[in-house]
Amino acid sequence: MTPNRRDFLKIAGMSTLSLIAPAILRPAFAKEKLSIPGAKTNQTSSSQQLKGKRWAMAVDFAKCRRGCVDCIAACHEVHNVPQFGNPKDEIKWIWREKFAAIFPSESHPYLPESLQRQGIPVLCNHCANPPCVKVCPTKATFKRADGIVIMDYHRCIGCRFCMAACPYGARSMNYRDPRPFISKINPDFPTRTKGVVEKCNFCEERLVQGILPACVTACKEKALVFGDMEDPKAEIRLLLSKHFNLRRRAHLGTEPQIYYIV
Amino acid sequence: MLEKALRGSRGYWMWIIFLVAVTANGFFFYWQQLNYGLGITGMSRDVSWGLYIAQFTFLVGIAASAVMLVLPYYLHDYKAFGKITVLGEFLAVSAVIMCVTFVFVDLGQPSRVMNIFLHPAPTSILFWDTIVLSGYMLINIITGWVVLSCDRKEVPPPAWVKPLIYLSIPWAVSIHTVTAFIYAGLPGRSFWLTAIMAPRFLASAFASGPALLIIFCLILKKYAGFDAGKTAIQTLAKIVAYALAASIFFVLVELFTAFYGGLPEHEAHFRYLFSGLHGHHNLVPWMWTSAVLAFGALAALIYPRARNSEPVLVAACAAVFLSLWIEKGLGLVVTGFIPSPLEAVTEYVPTGPEMAIALGVWAGGFLILTLLYRIFVAVRQEENS
Amino acid sequence: MKLNNIGKIVAGIVIFIVLATFFFWYGTGKSSSLPQPSLDTPAIAQMKEKRCVEDKAFMSINHMKLLHNWRDSAVREGNRNYTAKNGNVYKMSLSGTCLECHSNKEQFCDRCHTYVAAKPACFSCHSIPAEVKK
Repeated sequence: MTPNRRDFLKIAGMSTLSLIAPAILRPAFAKEKLSIPGAKTNQTSSSQQLKGKRWAMAVDFAKCRRGCVDCIAACHEVHNVPQFGNPKDEIKWIWREKFAAIFPSESHPYLPESLQRQGIPVLCNHCANPPCVKVCPTKATFKRADGIVIMDYHRCIGCRFCMAACPYGARSMNYRDPRPFISKINPDFPTRTKGVVEKCNFCEERLVQGILPACVTACKEKALVFGDMEDPKAEIRLLLSKHFNLRRRAHLGTEPQIYYIV
Repeated sequence: MLEKALRGSRGYWMWIIFLVAVTANGFFFYWQQLNYGLGITGMSRDVSWGLYIAQFTFLVGIAASAVMLVLPYYLHDYKAFGKITVLGEFLAVSAVIMCVTFVFVDLGQPSRVMNIFLHPAPTSILFWDTIVLSGYMLINIITGWVVLSCDRKEVPPPAWVKPLIYLSIPWAVSIHTVTAFIYAGLPGRSFWLTAIMAPRFLASAFASGPALLIIFCLILKKYAGFDAGKTAIQTLAKIVAYALAASIFFVLVELFTAFYGGLPEHEAHFRYLFSGLHGHHNLVPWMWTSAVLAFGALAALIYPRARNSEPVLVAACAAVFLSLWIEKGLGLVVTGFIPSPLEAVTEYVPTGPEMAIALGVWAGGFLILTLLYRIFVAVRQEENS
Repeated sequence: MKLNNIGKIVAGIVIFIVLATFFFWYGTGKSSSLPQPSLDTPAIAQMKEKRCVEDKAFMSINHMKLLHNWRDSAVREGNRNYTAKNGNVYKMSLSGTCLECHSNKEQFCDRCHTYVAAKPACFSCHSIPAEVKK
């Protein structure tokens, strides 16, 4: 039987598909696992490393000095955060906001004027129940065992679902190449590339070296206290047990881990 | 059958060339976006989704055109729709292709898009949306194509198509539900955090999809010599009327809760939409236009004498399409970000390149639709001759 | 199927074959020398045993897989130390460990990558210490 054109096209199509299919399917199944006999990866053995079960931070309104930007400058310098100079492209990991913006439900005109007028640091809340992690379609944002919500910038596809999900506005998108807008690159920390989202990482890279977060060490007034909430003897626990404190939009069930001492 | 798309009148080719040109223009600006980054758009730190995601959201609704024909024809044996179910399916196919393209052009790192499948995250609604959308597209292209080619040969469609068609009905519900869940599951965005989001998506989809389909049927009647039949069109118009009524009702229900309930974080968004917030009111004229168009269209569609007049019907359907495009394709997405979680009001205006890219995607979708419809018309004419 | 367009069909097939095999015969006759990544850096010169993290044969074939492995361990698991086959422990860091010895990125990394037209995106984020200090 002579094949007609229809059959010919069918056969041609199927053969093309069978040729292409392995190339398309391969990356999906090939996990890049490397096996080297005797080689393994592990945590830094140095005893200095700071280890915690649930890292958290306390921010003391009373101690934070008005107009001071030490914590912001320190953080942004260490982490190569660019300065675009316009609110549209802006990237920030830690910045100051007014009480009414941080605690809209708790704010009213008869609060002490000092409280109303003062800006106070806000940053990623490293929620125990983070909505950004839940919505990320590639697991580029994830929560570590020590409670830090962190990003894998290699994996982020820039869909910005996490920005829509974050109830605190803690995330920034690299709408353009950030490198030309970093005045002095810190070689010990990577920059980001255009098209990925970024945010505070609780100075995970410093904790490994046994150093406290940059914002905490930069604050001369000791308004920022960093510690492990699961450690009953930690300074942060003592502080929170003695002073009344609030968490941002706690009614959303996100279990934020930044505590504001009012 | 494909070769039929290559034969057409002068007008057909002019239309094709126009669409190719607009698509190419979109490509040109997309190339610029790739080089510069998404900063080329009007999106900002506060309003991080804009025109692209809004178009995606609206077009998921257009894809519903198929189910509103398939359901009456295959479940209730409503014969008048027999000739045109394929039109609905082809419209759904091109709408879903536009949806996927809009999500793609919205990515900051498009080269890493396969990460969605390499590192699948079942907790993410976006992951499920890619699955239901691609599934819906496949079902519709397969069923539409098979049914049309069987019609051409004047043989009944093979038995395996029926289950697929039945599957397409709940599947159509799933694409709107899952897309609504992208928004309705975010605790920090009170504008979207409402259980009525999915019903609202369904109602507006069942209005906008068939409305567009009516317009296309009447265009085909006038310029391509294919008549869908008055009964079919009038029934579609009634479907649009009921769906539009439901859609308007759902919005009013939302407005009641927002304004009578008066929860500040809920109310602020609706205030921004309809009266402006802290002196920002970019969307206010649009939203009122949308409201007027919706009520006007509803009146025209309910009143039989108006509905029976073809010019009125076209105007009403165009009004439905425009009204719901404003509601979904402009208002719904952007307003979720205004005011921001920190109570800041940052407005959003799409830029020129952004609009060129969006138009390019629309043109690309219409190009696919035109080719598919050209094939459809050729097959139907073959049958008649 | 009647082949009444046999001339056009054959011409089409010939054009297709020529285009599809273009890259195979285009370069014949011309020889381009293989790239020679340079190991001439102060840090390598000081080493007693000239050995990378793993042996050379492994590294030249698998360096990208090793780096992927490092990347995922460091970022996702928080593991920053790599114990090599011979027991040496290294800090998993592209800018810190790799470029410490291979401080000549242009003569080392780029030579091969340019030759095979590979464009790894590593350095759009990770800094090259020599460049930053400039």
